[in-house]
Amino acid sequence: MLKHQLRPAIVLTFALMVIVGLVYPGLVTGIAQLLFPRRANGSLVVVNGRVVGSRLIGQTFASARYFHSRPSAAGTGYDDTLSGGSNLGPTSARLDSMIVQAVDSEVRLDRAVKGRVPSDLVTASGSGLDPDISPASAALQVARVARARGLPDPVVRALVARHTRGRTFGLLGDPRVNVLALNLALDSVALPHDPRHPPVH
Amino acid sequence: MTLNGWLQILVFAAAVLLVTKPMGLYILKVYDGTMRWLAPVERAIYRLGGVDPDEDQHWTRYAAGLLLFSAVSMLVTYAALRLQGHLPLNPFHRAGVTDRQAFETAASFTTNTDWQSYSGETTMSYLSQMTQLAFHNFASAAAGVAAAMALARGIARRSAGKIGNFWVDLVRGTLYLFLPFAFVLALLFAQQGVIQNFHPYVTATTLEGAKQVLAMGPVASQEAIKQLGTNGGGFFNANAAHPFENPTPWTNFLSMLAIFLVPAGLTYTFGRMVRRQKHGWALWSAMFVLFAAGVTTAYWAEAKGNPIHAAAGVDVAAGHGNPGGNMEGKEVRFGIATSALYATVTTDASCGAVNSVPDSYTPLGGMVPLVNIQLGELIFGGVGSGLYGMLVMAILTVFIAGLMVGRTPEYLGKKIQSREVRMAMLYVLIFPVVILLFTAASSVLPAGLKGLSNAGPHGLSEILYAFSSVTGNNGSAFAGLNGQSYYYNTLLGLGTLFGRFAMMVPALALGGFLAERKIVPATAGTFPVTSPLFVALLVGVILIVGALTFVPALALGPIVEHLLMNAGRLF
Repeated sequence: MLKHQLRPAIVLTFALMVIVGLVYPGLVTGIAQLLFPRRANGSLVVVNGRVVGSRLIGQTFASARYFHSRPSAAGTGYDDTLSGGSNLGPTSARLDSMIVQAVDSEVRLDRAVKGRVPSDLVTASGSGLDPDISPASAALQVARVARARGLPDPVVRALVARHTRGRTFGLLGDPRVNVLALNLALDSVALPHDPRHPPVH
Repeated sequence: MTLNGWLQILVFAAAVLLVTKPMGLYILKVYDGTMRWLAPVERAIYRLGGVDPDEDQHWTRYAAGLLLFSAVSMLVTYAALRLQGHLPLNPFHRAGVTDRQAFETAASFTTNTDWQSYSGETTMSYLSQMTQLAFHNFASAAAGVAAAMALARGIARRSAGKIGNFWVDLVRGTLYLFLPFAFVLALLFAQQGVIQNFHPYVTATTLEGAKQVLAMGPVASQEAIKQLGTNGGGFFNANAAHPFENPTPWTNFLSMLAIFLVPAGLTYTFGRMVRRQKHGWALWSAMFVLFAAGVTTAYWAEAKGNPIHAAAGVDVAAGHGNPGGNMEGKEVRFGIATSALYATVTTDASCGAVNSVPDSYTPLGGMVPLVNIQLGELIFGGVGSGLYGMLVMAILTVFIAGLMVGRTPEYLGKKIQSREVRMAMLYVLIFPVVILLFTAASSVLPAGLKGLSNAGPHGLSEILYAFSSVTGNNGSAFAGLNGQSYYYNTLLGLGTLFGRFAMMVPALALGGFLAERKIVPATAGTFPVTSPLFVALLVGVILIVGALTFVPALALGPIVEHLLMNAGRLF
């Protein structure tokens, strides 16, 4: 019985492999490249002819002049070749000390009130590449960024508001602020007195 | 918990309800042969393979075909992964996969599990991803639905003894069911920003001047079938938490709906086949009750957050733009509600894709996915495996009801006697035996303990989750467990094989036995399988079978961890 079925087992394995493993992804690639080339290629952000990142992939910001992303467990932080979360459990002492440190640094840097630190700003995301922070996390950083750039608070707050995306269809997901887009917008606010940060066109 | 969170869950539930009937009718047309728009391709495959599409098979022949196809395709994948370094479409010159990891990965993808001890972006070439892993995403899904259709035919047919043709079911399921839906879904994904290209990785210079390498690849085409076929194996290590796999709340919603699409539809298809539509809806209702209980618990636990982290200064109360709750391992764009919903859906079904990190869930929040898997992944369930798992439970339910009133039980007009019950019990027992034996061994053997990254009761949860996940063919993980060793790669690979084939064969046998029986007319003494009473009894049987086997292990893992977390204990 098995001998008679060996031929279909082998033939169907390779036949289906060609159809769903080569023809199907090839076709999807062709159409996606035709219809949405920018998105199919990673939603890359290009400034002055240079790729500065992807709109969808977060990056590390350490300078006080920038809004900061969430802590990241991907490699040494936002490493897109080592995506992943901390995988630390709820009773992990290591996770607890990481969160305590992150809270302390928020208290120092942004004068956050202990107990009122937004939950996303001191926890690592699942991908380690979260491009977003919550509106509360952005609001917390406004004063510090404005101070570092010598900009009035309302200017920065208006930028945050402009880069806050609501829920999809007013329903799905959570409101969020894309950190890279916001920081790019900050850089393009003209600062003629600071030659180190030329405006970006 | 927020009003919006509940609304999102409610809208998702409504969407599942809405797609059930149209999908059920579509599946019916796929498998009864009326859909024919790819007939030339179909015929060519049959001719090449020497398949007689009109042959109706006995269950032993059907099972032999399924096992042989799985064995051949698993061997091909093992070879292709080992030889990866010499094959094309490998822009980064990835070397061959190690023997232990190639075995585990081949077993895992052949069995619709997609447990991954490798990380996609650093291990696999584009060719391996497309022609091996994504191929199995299609083939194992089609094989699963085939087995379910075979059992369903066995129940529906009278005095036939034959349950269909495996080769035809496999080809038709792939071509008509999974391929067109995956094609549309892949394009919807790409439109939202899921990448789809063959480029080498891109190096970006970040605003602060650092180098950031951006991974590329044909992701959308694989992501679509990974969800539709309840496979769950991510293109990247972070799976559907990765923004290139799941960039927006809309792709997230579509993904969850895609996971439930075929399993929910199958309940309707089954109702049609046995000419008892109400019974199909009764199965659907039992699944829905268990789904609702799971998502409520997970959402409650995750929204409540972790008191230890609250004491450290985190604001766990949602509102004013703060997601609150336990955000460790979760993405801002999905928030607490849809992360908890996704974790429930992916383990109700045997998908195992994750959009957040289950290992970092609160103990009770993380127990929901674990329990979902341990109940047998029949809450809508894996494509095909969900339905045949549920039918085994339905047979046990009428058997128990029959014992209570002292009558020979019958199910949809078929008498249930000792050989049917024996197959049902075999199906129910293999599962916990594999999980508990492997878990027990790993929690005492040095080789098992070496993989742990979390201490205390959470460590036991990691091991228990791993073996539940592979044996249930789920594939999600408490990923802190380092499964990269000969010990774990071998045992976990074996777990996937037992969980798939040692359970599928009894299900097919059951179909074969029932196909031989004639249909007896219902009498006043027949236990009605369409009533709310039946739904309640079915849910009860599922919970009791699950509870009797797994509660002791759960008590030592997540339950004790919950108590310790509330007491502020750290490990």
